Amino acid sequence: MQRLFLSLLSGALFGAGLFVSGMTDTTKVQGWLDVFGNWDPTLAFVMGGAIVPMFIAWRLTQGRRPLVGGTFPEAPRPEMDHRLITGSVLFGMGWGLAGLCPGPAIASLSYNGSGGLIFMGTMLLGMVAAPFFGRQLDGLAAKV
Amino acid sequence: METDWIWGLVGGGLIGLGGAVFLLGNGRIMGASGILGGLVDGTGRSNLAERLVFLIGVVVTPMLLLPLYKDGVDTHMTNNIAVIVAAGLLVGIGTRIANGCTSGHGVCGISRLSLRGIVATVFYILAGGLTIALFRHILGVI
Repeated sequence: MQRLFLSLLSGALFGAGLFVSGMTDTTKVQGWLDVFGNWDPTLAFVMGGAIVPMFIAWRLTQGRRPLVGGTFPEAPRPEMDHRLITGSVLFGMGWGLAGLCPGPAIASLSYNGSGGLIFMGTMLLGMVAAPFFGRQLDGLAAKV
Repeated sequence: METDWIWGLVGGGLIGLGGAVFLLGNGRIMGASGILGGLVDGTGRSNLAERLVFLIGVVVTPMLLLPLYKDGVDTHMTNNIAVIVAAGLLVGIGTRIANGCTSGHGVCGISRLSLRGIVATVFYILAGGLTIALFRHILGVI
């Protein structure tokens, strides 16, 4: 029960943050990426503002256990691979095209109209199809 | 607007707090694409309720805050269905192959000084910037 409450609280904070920061406004996201146009630095402030509490949180994990028990996520792997790079490039292309990434797409679901719903639907479709494309990518990488 | 950066900072702080609660409380990394993706591709069966409740929080809080904005909130979402479909598919496939998006790799990865998170963030920002340059300034589609 505690786990679910903390999950809800975390989601609520995340949704509130995405909403008040303006990150569900696609022009602000596309504006950040549009260095040749009317550049909008807001996203950098959002990222900076989010990284500070998270940086402290990572420090606090040292020598402790999660509140509900269990263990903290293991240390990140240092090595890069084709999945990380290719996946990030594909994601970045979609992010630029619509100005939406998964968090804001979820947060704006109630007020982003049919376009937001279509984006959500196709994003979920892509997520279901991703393992297939991942395997194709592994096959390609093995040949290179 | 001149106050946009302040709201960006405040909102960012709330996002980081959400991530801190998820990490210190449940021992999990707050990544939107991972939490949602695990629900639809079957990899998140062991903690289905935790994922669902998180997503409910993300959807419902903006609904509660929306009435406070008297002029409403405009997402300026494109009307171009082809662009929306292509973007949705790319974001869905890309984030799951890369195992993270702006929240997981960006917020949670960079703050941990994870090289993978930093590299992923550099690549999706570069790809997004080039996509905008191509489709807005050269092709004029978006």
